[in-house]
Amino acid sequence: MSDSNSLILARQLTKRFGDLTAVDTIDFEVAKGEAFGFLGPNGAGKTSTMRMIGGVSPVTSGLLTIFGLDPARHGPTIRARLGVVPQADTLDLELTVRENLMIYSRYFDLSWREGARRADELLEFVQLKERSKDKVDELSGGMKRRLTIARALINSPELLLLDEPTTGLDPQARHLVWDRLYRLKQRGVTLVLTTHYMDEAEQLCDRLVVMDKARIAAEGSPRELIDRYSTREVLELRFPIDEQPALDGNLNDLAERIEVLPDRVLLYTGDGDEAIAAVHRRGLRPETALVRRSTLEDVFLRLTGRSLID
Amino acid sequence: MALMAGTLHVVEYNVLVFRRIWRGSIAVSFFTPLFFLAAMGVGLGGLVNRSSGGVNGVPYLDFLAPGLIAAACVQTAAIEAMYPILARIMWDKTYEAALATPVTISDLIRGEVVWITIRMFIVAAMFWLVMYLFGVGHSLASLLAIPASILTGLAFATPIIAFTATRRNDNGFAAINRFVIIPLYLLGGTFFPIAKLPLALQVLAWATPLAHGVALARGVVLGNVSASDAALHAAVPLAYFAAGLIIARALLMKRLAK
Repeated sequence: MSDSNSLILARQLTKRFGDLTAVDTIDFEVAKGEAFGFLGPNGAGKTSTMRMIGGVSPVTSGLLTIFGLDPARHGPTIRARLGVVPQADTLDLELTVRENLMIYSRYFDLSWREGARRADELLEFVQLKERSKDKVDELSGGMKRRLTIARALINSPELLLLDEPTTGLDPQARHLVWDRLYRLKQRGVTLVLTTHYMDEAEQLCDRLVVMDKARIAAEGSPRELIDRYSTREVLELRFPIDEQPALDGNLNDLAERIEVLPDRVLLYTGDGDEAIAAVHRRGLRPETALVRRSTLEDVFLRLTGRSLID
Repeated sequence: MALMAGTLHVVEYNVLVFRRIWRGSIAVSFFTPLFFLAAMGVGLGGLVNRSSGGVNGVPYLDFLAPGLIAAACVQTAAIEAMYPILARIMWDKTYEAALATPVTISDLIRGEVVWITIRMFIVAAMFWLVMYLFGVGHSLASLLAIPASILTGLAFATPIIAFTATRRNDNGFAAINRFVIIPLYLLGGTFFPIAKLPLALQVLAWATPLAHGVALARGVVLGNVSASDAALHAAVPLAYFAAGLIIARALLMKRLAK
């Protein structure tokens, strides 16, 4: 990836709050048109990284450029070309749905007329046209999220930053948000998002970094990461609670790698069905046995020894 | 963005919010001075005038009304600089939303100060009108009581915004009201001359912007203030305003640009 093509470039990027190092010398680049993700558990440093990219939070040390510009010196210029969907809703409860978009268009110095045109277009895009005169209070969580996304798009940004875009939403609302984000990606908008949901990362991201404890643990496409850090299939076995500790390593030779979790045992193998047969031949009787494909959750477990959502 | 565009948009935001409440707010701005001047100025003032022939050689209503304009602006400024600002910092986080756009922290502060100025203008202009209807301040110069009162309010607005920028909840606001705004209102020269206070309190009163603002507003309405006194009475509130502005900006930077 050439630098001229990088919308975001970070080298040895670090953020400290007093004694706490929230982001520790990370390197990454985001290319134009890409959907790029930061995957990691809460507290991994994802939000701090996003706030530095958004030009709101000063960089402690290292290099960071957005559109080739330094956020410390060109904050307003950078932000004029960015859309930001923050983790917690920051919608204005004193204004209506449409007024929230109108005043935001003014913050980007658009005319009232242009703001009105875009507000109506975006309310259509996020399927909130019927709610335009309602107060924000009256919206559901999923609707608020969509309104926040519409607001972030009012300046037709080249780069959209989304911090945990679907946290707290029910499955139906999540799919609607994913669908809208997918459409934006198709239109050429560069997406940068943080998530602790592996399915979200797999759905939306062309490329991602796995973050853990302020560092980047791995980088690649979801497929590459799975190929590199996991096996094709995973056999999940559940045993009666008192039997699981007694297994004591006697499954070890049945898979390339074994993870023993509190409630189940994961056998990483190229052929899950063959592994089940082998388990049964040993006379073991798990309560349930499930063969599935590897996911980013398995990658995270391999890299950190912990699951994504504790 | 042009230097003042962001500031203008923050003012526009406040106008958008105010649109919902402007009728009630303007009605309050008219009736409050009406009741105050009727009760304190005419009612209580009648007693004062009969027993002592007015205050400092003028009827009590004439003494009282101009100072009340300044005090009303201080109260407006204090309220606007507390709850709405804290809501935007931490309850609704709308400043965070604004700062994700080209709007800067300086725009936020300038915009809020301009808006508080507009709010105080409404309050002071209505108050002046009521005062005029009561027969006080029938001179062109008495209109200067409006800017004098707004300046007095601004001397409280920026220090209180600075205070608000440090708050994690609204507990401190009641304390500011109880221990700063109300004592100053009662003892700062609005209702009786500061010279009637014990000496220590006189010194304290003259260190605050309210005493000077009240003296300035009263002076221009009664037409009995010298240019040099007027300059001093303007300089003290202005100094509070300027210092408050610098500190408020620094504290908001610390709070919002972490």
